[in-house]
Amino acid sequence: MAVAELDDDLALRLRIEALNADYIHCIDDDRLEEWPDYFTEDGVYRVTTRENADLNMPVSLIFCEGNGMFHDRISALRTANIFEPHTYCHSVSALQIQKSANGVHTTKSNFLITRTMSEGAMMTFACGRYLDTIVEQDGELKFSERTVILESRRIDTLLVIPI
Amino acid sequence: MDTLQTNAPEFVWPHDDTSRVPYQVYTDENLYALEQERIFRGPVWNYLCLECEVPSNGDYKTTYAGDTPIIVVRDENGDINAMVNRCAHKGSLVCYKPRGNVSELSCVYHNWVYNLRGDLQSVAFKRGVGGKGGLTEEFDNSQHGLEKLRVERFRGMVFGTFSDRTESVADYIGEELVASIDRVLIKPVKVLGYHSQIFPNNWKLYVENNKDSYHASLLHVFHNTFGVVRPTMGGGIKISDSGWHHLSYTQRTDIADNEIGKEKVRSRQDEYSLRDTRMMEHRLELGDNVTNSIQTVFPTLVVQQILNCLATRQLIPQGPNQSELIWTILGFEDDDEDMLKLRVQANNLVGPAGFISMEDGAVGGWVQRTARANGSEMTVMPMGGRAIEPSEGSRVTEAAVRGFWKGWRDCMGI
Repeated sequence: MAVAELDDDLALRLRIEALNADYIHCIDDDRLEEWPDYFTEDGVYRVTTRENADLNMPVSLIFCEGNGMFHDRISALRTANIFEPHTYCHSVSALQIQKSANGVHTTKSNFLITRTMSEGAMMTFACGRYLDTIVEQDGELKFSERTVILESRRIDTLLVIPI
Repeated sequence: MDTLQTNAPEFVWPHDDTSRVPYQVYTDENLYALEQERIFRGPVWNYLCLECEVPSNGDYKTTYAGDTPIIVVRDENGDINAMVNRCAHKGSLVCYKPRGNVSELSCVYHNWVYNLRGDLQSVAFKRGVGGKGGLTEEFDNSQHGLEKLRVERFRGMVFGTFSDRTESVADYIGEELVASIDRVLIKPVKVLGYHSQIFPNNWKLYVENNKDSYHASLLHVFHNTFGVVRPTMGGGIKISDSGWHHLSYTQRTDIADNEIGKEKVRSRQDEYSLRDTRMMEHRLELGDNVTNSIQTVFPTLVVQQILNCLATRQLIPQGPNQSELIWTILGFEDDDEDMLKLRVQANNLVGPAGFISMEDGAVGGWVQRTARANGSEMTVMPMGGRAIEPSEGSRVTEAAVRGFWKGWRDCMGI
């Protein structure tokens, strides 16, 4: 592999890793109003389980299609839905760039989330995979599609903060 | 039940009717064990799964009746059978995968093999090895099958009971409430997805939540703000003659859409709006304008229609302090692509992350935490009086919750 090609691959890898890191810090820092901006205007976000994915089941836990639905998830969380306050701490790892052509990158990475309740109870809330399609948009990387595959089908109590 | 193995705890219902419930029932280990015996292995019909989840001969699915592991399997004649998922030998799970297709049920521990009706067919090393060991002559295969449940298929659902005296499912549910199941399950269904939600609370708190039509428009902002369930909307509560089962339904009327609620409640937020309202679209596929129909079959089944979100919800007790809710999300077999897309959007409303339903996951845990410290105190459920009677036009009643407790007391003998 030519050095220039290697440099390009590394640069892309670093940019996608930075996108993943920015995304999880946005959620963990409770800057959820910025969360829709990580997606393209017509982006798709889906949270499903490994069981449903394996069985090709169409219904997800969360399904957002287009910017409006992303904002609705956050405005509901802020003003409509009732739940005990809690925070996430995400770890994201093992980025794999599966395909990259014409500014469209197909990637996969793993995540682990601990959830901490306001009284201090902490648990491993979720782990799984991000299956992403990332596109170049005005010099920035955005998710045109992010599918979250949860390893376990069991959700403890409820799922309100995006993953 | 003829033979009770659990000693009834010295527990006396502390009130003269079921309008008050002692917190002890949510935390007591002895009562939990007694419930398994007298309710789930008693005179009730337990919802096990849907027929369409075991479509072919040899298909099986594992499930629960109360906290007892169950196998549902379609045999070579197309009949659906249910057995306790416990090898007659040493009690291992026979099926340890959630679903599959088999020609026989074989326990991997010691290779005891059963047919798809649960009858013991063969035992490994029956004659021993080299003439030594093995079974004695007196061992009779027919005495060592899997424990069988009585099974009835009803409107595409599969029910099982441990009782040979319980009436048919239709009679158990009652004519009026059978009609409301028929209203929803009008055609063959297919599964569109599964969710599981772990509640940090006793199973009965979630059952009460479903029977409690009083809370729906108060707790859930989405119900009230978007006119799925408002106190001013039409509808009512139906309760079976036994008191055990119920239906709460809401329908759109012009009055409800125009009338401003007389009471200012937190859940009615007229300034709150969605940027994208696709998930609130409602195709009137059932031939009426009912927006919300929540139906319970005692003890732990919910049949749900919220707009175009159809589901069964099966509750599994996991000790006094935890329960698991399995959501089986449904569509109809003949759904076209648009309808499927609509259901995918609309299902944002329900499930563990559902805009409407997520709150039900939280409130049970909050009651559980106070229950531990206040076992001798009692809840009070005065809405709609103290009787267990249906209500037309209003859902501001706790009658169906009182009916649940009547069912609980009927079964428990308490």
